[in-house]
Amino acid sequence: MASTLTRDEVLRIAALARLELSEAEIATFTRQLADILTYVEALQQADTTGIPATSHVFTTETAWRDDTSAPSLDRATVLAEAPDAEVAAGLFRVPKVL
Amino acid sequence: METGPFVSAIALRDAIGRRELSAEVAVRQALDRIAEHDPSLHAFLTVDADHAIARARQLDAAPGAAGPLHGVPVALKDNIHVSGMRTTAGSRILDEYVAPYDATVVERLERAGAIVVGKTNLDEFAMGSSTEHSAFGPSRHPVDRERTPGGSSGGSAVAVAAGMTPLALGSDTGGSVRQPAALCGVVGLKPTYGRVSRYGLVAFASSLDQISPLATTVADAALALDVIAGPDPRDATAADRPAGRFLDALTGDVRGLRVGVPRHLLETGVDPDVLKTFENSLETIAGLGARIDDIELPHSRFAIPVYYLVATAEASSNLARYDGVRYGLREDASTIGEMYDRTRSRGFGAEVKRRLMLGTYVLSAGYYDAYYLKAQQVRTLIQRDFERAFAQVEAIALPTSPTAAFKLGERTADPIQMYLADIFTVGASLAGLPAISVPCGTTNSRLPVGLQLIGQAWDEATVLRLGGAYEATRAT
Repeated sequence: MASTLTRDEVLRIAALARLELSEAEIATFTRQLADILTYVEALQQADTTGIPATSHVFTTETAWRDDTSAPSLDRATVLAEAPDAEVAAGLFRVPKVL
Repeated sequence: METGPFVSAIALRDAIGRRELSAEVAVRQALDRIAEHDPSLHAFLTVDADHAIARARQLDAAPGAAGPLHGVPVALKDNIHVSGMRTTAGSRILDEYVAPYDATVVERLERAGAIVVGKTNLDEFAMGSSTEHSAFGPSRHPVDRERTPGGSSGGSAVAVAAGMTPLALGSDTGGSVRQPAALCGVVGLKPTYGRVSRYGLVAFASSLDQISPLATTVADAALALDVIAGPDPRDATAADRPAGRFLDALTGDVRGLRVGVPRHLLETGVDPDVLKTFENSLETIAGLGARIDDIELPHSRFAIPVYYLVATAEASSNLARYDGVRYGLREDASTIGEMYDRTRSRGFGAEVKRRLMLGTYVLSAGYYDAYYLKAQQVRTLIQRDFERAFAQVEAIALPTSPTAAFKLGERTADPIQMYLADIFTVGASLAGLPAISVPCGTTNSRLPVGLQLIGQAWDEATVLRLGGAYEATRAT
């Protein structure tokens, strides 16, 4: 069975992924994502009744460390990477939120 | 192409130890080689000659404290942080990003005396099998410039294959070190998931990513793993197991070792030259006294679909951090929402967008059970197949890649064709198992072929021993 995807679905996914797609991208992704979804439909043939999902390949290997505080990256160093920041106040600056 | 200046990392370290050359001379040889060949190969995105030479002089001035990689120039895939150096991850969105700290593997390499000379090209955020998805243009195959070196760690594979550095690190999520190693004719070793700290590695798919060495010899790969492996309080998924002495595993003796071959996976889709080379390598291994047995991995045919659902889902979450707020590219807009959308749309390339779309879709309400949950259940079945096989054998052999190096542009229009390059490597990734790719010959067009050996969890030693014994038969 071939999967189909509508333009509206592609736009809905793009909004969730925070991507603004061009008309050309919408057309290409509508086709390619449908092809990929058709390809992965093979999975439905696998009988997974009662099979647990893998969340981590080696759940027994959790490493423990002491819960002690240690210095993290220096604030000025971090803010120096920001596209826009109020370094003296220790703040990232962004366009208006509301 | 003609041989480069380095026989192996170990030979170079020993020569420096005997004072036949200084670390500075070794670094200058690497830099000269890069200057000569990189304009046509494009293995590197950043070369930091000043940093490397200064570091070499420091090592030369401090004799006596020679580490296991003393004076060895190394190249790092450009998704591994070196403090003060650019980390682009092959993406426009991190074009000008300078890492504020060292990855754990970088600290460990430098403590061992290695010298970072630069950062290598990759598919954007390690998503690809050819380096053609790099925002900075593809790397080229050292044997044939019209072909891809494989990927995503293609730049690191080219750096080692072309003799620019004797050792490099890449990252392997679904085959991203083993496949380019095979295509370029070098050794690539993906450790067990959790063997090596991921602190300072740009995340793609966190349940699969593992930093992995590329080298000219199995012994060099083993030594590199000795240096970078071990627990790290900064990565809770780095297992609490002491780093081994993997180099000691190379005894050369594989008599009585049982090697499984899942022949049912080789019936279709494998290039005849690759298959012939693979069969020859099995005969050689049998000649060393190992036993070749047929095994079944019945759920392997689901490995590519499972991988692309799990990896893209994880990527869609990991790459949410690129929002133009704290670092990287920002596209101006009047509201924060528009700023996010424009930044990400301009900053990410087509393959990354495609995978973010797929990953977002499979995690979205109404589709999660059918795709993501189903994939994680089938992943359990794939893992159980390996467990069952390892009750019979100690290692599993497969070609690393179904074909030798393919032409640039040949697969970029068809994402599924590109994904199939990983058909023999994703299984070990999904099950977290260690696997090595060792050169095993060439096709009729002189392109390298890789033999992949997969081991049980935490048993890198067996695949290193087998790979090393096999490699020794080819050195004559």
